[in-house]
Amino acid sequence: MSDSKTKGALLEVKNLTVEVVGKRLLRGIDMIVKEGETHVVFGPNGSGKTTLVNAIMGLPEYKVVEGDILFRGDSILDWSLTERARAGIGLAFQHPPVVEGVSLGVLLKTIVPDEKTSGEIVKKAHMEDYLEREINVGFSGGERKKDELLQLLAQAPQLVMFDEPDSGVDVDSIKLMVGIIRKLLQKNKPIRERKNSGIIVTHSGVILEEIHADKGYVIVNGKLLCSGPPLDIFDQVKNYGFERCIKEAHESEKDG
Amino acid sequence: MKVKKMDENLKEEIAGLDRVGFDTKGETKRSGSFLVADDTTTESESKEETLVVMPISFALQVYDWVKDLLFSLVDREKDEYTKEVASKKELVGSFTYVKEGAKIEAPFQSCFFLHGQGFRQVLHNIIVLEPNSELNIITGCATGNLVSVGSHIAVTEMFVRKGAHLTYTMIHDWGSKAVVYPRAAIDVEEGAIFTSNYIALTQVKEIQSNPIAYLSDKASAKFNSIIYGKDGSSFDMGAKGILKGENASCEIVSRVASKNCKVILRAYIEGNGKNTRGHTECNGLLLDDKSSVTAIPELKANNIDTELSHEASIGKIAGEQLNYLMSRGLDEETARALLIRGFLEKGIDGLPESLKKKVDKLIEIAASSESV
Repeated sequence: MSDSKTKGALLEVKNLTVEVVGKRLLRGIDMIVKEGETHVVFGPNGSGKTTLVNAIMGLPEYKVVEGDILFRGDSILDWSLTERARAGIGLAFQHPPVVEGVSLGVLLKTIVPDEKTSGEIVKKAHMEDYLEREINVGFSGGERKKDELLQLLAQAPQLVMFDEPDSGVDVDSIKLMVGIIRKLLQKNKPIRERKNSGIIVTHSGVILEEIHADKGYVIVNGKLLCSGPPLDIFDQVKNYGFERCIKEAHESEKDG
Repeated sequence: MKVKKMDENLKEEIAGLDRVGFDTKGETKRSGSFLVADDTTTESESKEETLVVMPISFALQVYDWVKDLLFSLVDREKDEYTKEVASKKELVGSFTYVKEGAKIEAPFQSCFFLHGQGFRQVLHNIIVLEPNSELNIITGCATGNLVSVGSHIAVTEMFVRKGAHLTYTMIHDWGSKAVVYPRAAIDVEEGAIFTSNYIALTQVKEIQSNPIAYLSDKASAKFNSIIYGKDGSSFDMGAKGILKGENASCEIVSRVASKNCKVILRAYIEGNGKNTRGHTECNGLLLDDKSSVTAIPELKANNIDTELSHEASIGKIAGEQLNYLMSRGLDEETARALLIRGFLEKGIDGLPESLKKKVDKLIEIAASSESV
């Protein structure tokens, strides 16, 4: 457990080591996300990015074997999924499951009982025609992503995590989705008034052209290899792939 | 016709039978009503000239041919329950008769109600739809608020004549110590359609029902069951389709969620005629370790031109779905209730439009009250 807190931090991840079915997928991750900040996590497929956000969300199969996660200064390791969600942590899943028999409208009504509010949210996400449909049944990749954002709008979390929000989304929908992500992250508000923070997981980084972030990280093989200004990291990844980051990390390890 | 005056307590209890689809307040349009409390017919009324509703004992006096229908489809020697019905000197039960070509839009409602503690209700019902007629029957079976022990034994024989269409929906709400043994058979004549919907979402000590449909040329039958078995209940349910004629078809679809309940789902289809088709489908959801669901599909093809198939799946609530809903802030109980409700509601598609909303509400109540 942690004994120190960082001022202004909404989320602190300290030396986080996570296992799934006995397999270590994340090792010693540190990150601090302050109120109003947006952080971006880069990394190749299978590097541990999804593990990071799933562990923060508290999905039961992601076991924290070392380190701590603090939310508003409190350790949340003992909190259930529901408790974390109700405290203000939300996740747009990379691969949300199909939930047969449960319509999107029924779920929304359960999250936001007030019809007027949920009606406005649905309108914002242009999903009026989806309310009667079973969650994710027959949804295209883009529809699932849009549905995730709609549910987050209903949930209104303070820490909003997006796992590959732009993958599989067609060009026409990107604009709408960027608009919703900006709203969830309060990007339209003056910087000092922003209370919501975000973690965007991406392997391509394309979304950064639309959504400005404050800090970037690269995770490879479950380890955080480098961090810095997100656009610089994005440029490096774009031009040299993840190899340069891996090389730099090796060299800094050698230098002691 | 009002057959017998009711006492005040019974009146009150009957007013609550809306839970099994029996509307006493006139809120929904009905073509007629029939109600038996214990062994007393308290209501027998038709609002249509083409629909005849009366106690079976009256019908035997009015129509000569009715006596020939008794035990013409169900074997009186089949078991101790059919024998008990056959041994009754004074018959209790309903007679429902639709005249040729009459297409009756509003549902006809009937109810078999156990009012007295420990009462053994023994019934014989006859339903006849003359050629090219149509009827939608909603039958509610329930026990009174003060009754926990009781028995319901019934033989029901249905005759769906040429080109007729009978939709028969049964909603059960029995008590924790009620034992229920209906025995039903349906003769589905050429080009006729029989649709059965069975809904049971509350406790019963034991129920055993396995209706059989005999299908002539181009006749079709569909048995659709939605069961939420709970709290020590035991369900042995099923349906049989005997495809006698050419181009006859039968479908048996069941959905059952089981919480501390033993459920057996039987489905038997026998293809004898040319170009016959049959399909059975069973979906079971186990909610705890004290439950069991046994699916027994049986297909018998006696003709080279018959196509029969079955599919079955039994499992638990998917952890992935539960976690997904909980990640939106739903507590586990609410998330489970939503998933149980969703599972059962998948079975609603086959119901008549007029019933979908009602059953949806019943499922919502059943799933939310005792989900974990």
